[in-house]
Amino acid sequence: MLFSAGGVVSAMLLPVLVLLFGVAFPLGLLDPPDYAQLSALLANPLTGLVMFSLCALSLFHWAHRFRHTLYDGLQIKHLNEVIAIVSYGAAVAGSTLAAYLLWQLS
Amino acid sequence: MDQNHAYTAYHPRWLRPHVSTYWWLEKPAYLAFILREGSCMFVAWFTVYLLLLLRAIQQGQAAYEAFLAWSAGPVIVLVNIVSFAFLIFHAITFFQAAPQAMVVHVGHRRLPARVLLAAHYAAWAAASIVVFWLLTGA
Amino acid sequence: MGDRITLQVARYRPEQESEATYDEFEVPCPKDWVVLDGLNHVKDRLDGTLAYRWSCRMGICGSCGMTVNGEPKLTCATFLSEYAPGPVRVEPLRNFPVIRDLIVDIGDFMRKLVRVKPWIVRQVEKPLSAGEYLQTPDELEEYKQFSMCINCMLCYAACPIYGLDPKFIGPAVIALAQRYNLDNRDQGAAARMEVLSEHEGIWGCTFVGECTKVCPKHVDPAGAIQRYKLSAAVDSMKSFFLPRGA
Repeated sequence: MLFSAGGVVSAMLLPVLVLLFGVAFPLGLLDPPDYAQLSALLANPLTGLVMFSLCALSLFHWAHRFRHTLYDGLQIKHLNEVIAIVSYGAAVAGSTLAAYLLWQLS
Repeated sequence: MDQNHAYTAYHPRWLRPHVSTYWWLEKPAYLAFILREGSCMFVAWFTVYLLLLLRAIQQGQAAYEAFLAWSAGPVIVLVNIVSFAFLIFHAITFFQAAPQAMVVHVGHRRLPARVLLAAHYAAWAAASIVVFWLLTGA
Repeated sequence: MGDRITLQVARYRPEQESEATYDEFEVPCPKDWVVLDGLNHVKDRLDGTLAYRWSCRMGICGSCGMTVNGEPKLTCATFLSEYAPGPVRVEPLRNFPVIRDLIVDIGDFMRKLVRVKPWIVRQVEKPLSAGEYLQTPDELEEYKQFSMCINCMLCYAACPIYGLDPKFIGPAVIALAQRYNLDNRDQGAAARMEVLSEHEGIWGCTFVGECTKVCPKHVDPAGAIQRYKLSAAVDSMKSFFLPRGA
């Protein structure tokens, strides 16, 4: 279920964020929000919740897919436990970091 | 046959072809599947990128400006352009898969797959517009 | 173009060789001939030792599944003229052990099918005096698509997961389990859940989707599997949060 939630959330929100923060702002096609605006936006608890869900669920979505593709697709069966620990561990770490940063910003 | 002491005369050896590690290159559909799964790497990359952005904002204005400057570097921009393509691919393939998994009943009738698909795309458009407006307009 | 076509047929004669070889046969190619007609021509006129399975020759028995030019097909439903000028490569169904020539062992599938109890399971039998089990057309629609499966195993040949891990229970078996789970006369969903929620049950599937593409009866096993994954996940969340009741 985490996998599908992560898939939906990342599909809905990440493309527009990549377009803005990854392409449009760095290339100067659009003006990035200034610092004050962005911190105010992130201080809002609703934004914080959305951002946390986005980061956490996307990471778990990745962890699940990564692990299964290595196991089923590339047949790396002997490292199954290691890969599971690394991928889910990374997802947990990332989610914790997201929670911490968003808490600090609110 | 004589070398196969494990098999009797009436149970000859069966042929069990081995599946190559490069099975996914044999058919375009298999390659598309692996690419679809590969798009998750870009989901992870951009989530990390967002975490870096959040950390920069938390550290203050100077850090934020520095992050924006870093994100304008040619390598990062290239990676993000590729990420954008893969994230679009992820969204399209994920929405394509959703109606097969979810059967929604309204009363007795089943909602046709197109309606479910249209609902996903509508939500995607709405979410994108809201985020775009929040980050560029307001 | 002409009215002849070459068939490159895989041969495996365990008493003579330990690898597959290919024999070439030129067969007539009238526009209404299917690959099976070509194979029958080979067996009748050219090489009587060719071994292959077929029965109804009309796409309902599921016996004649083979790999034609790399794709799993029913040879009784695949026209030779589609491949003109040829050659047409006919090989045994992928992902199954080959016994001889074009014949594969389907024992693995048969054993897995029985495990999901593909019949109406009742916890409480209705006595004859109570009459028939009634089912509305809408209730029939719920599972009808999955009942179309002819056990031809083309989906197993197309599934890369089954090819890589033969312990995977496979698309047709899950679709058939769903056919009974969604039948309102059946009360066996819990019994099937145990088998299906094993690691090589539904969770082995990564939704490649090839099974649905090759199915000659449009059963959509991929859809059946994803639906079952969703309902299994919802059920396990329900039992987690609401242990009794619901």
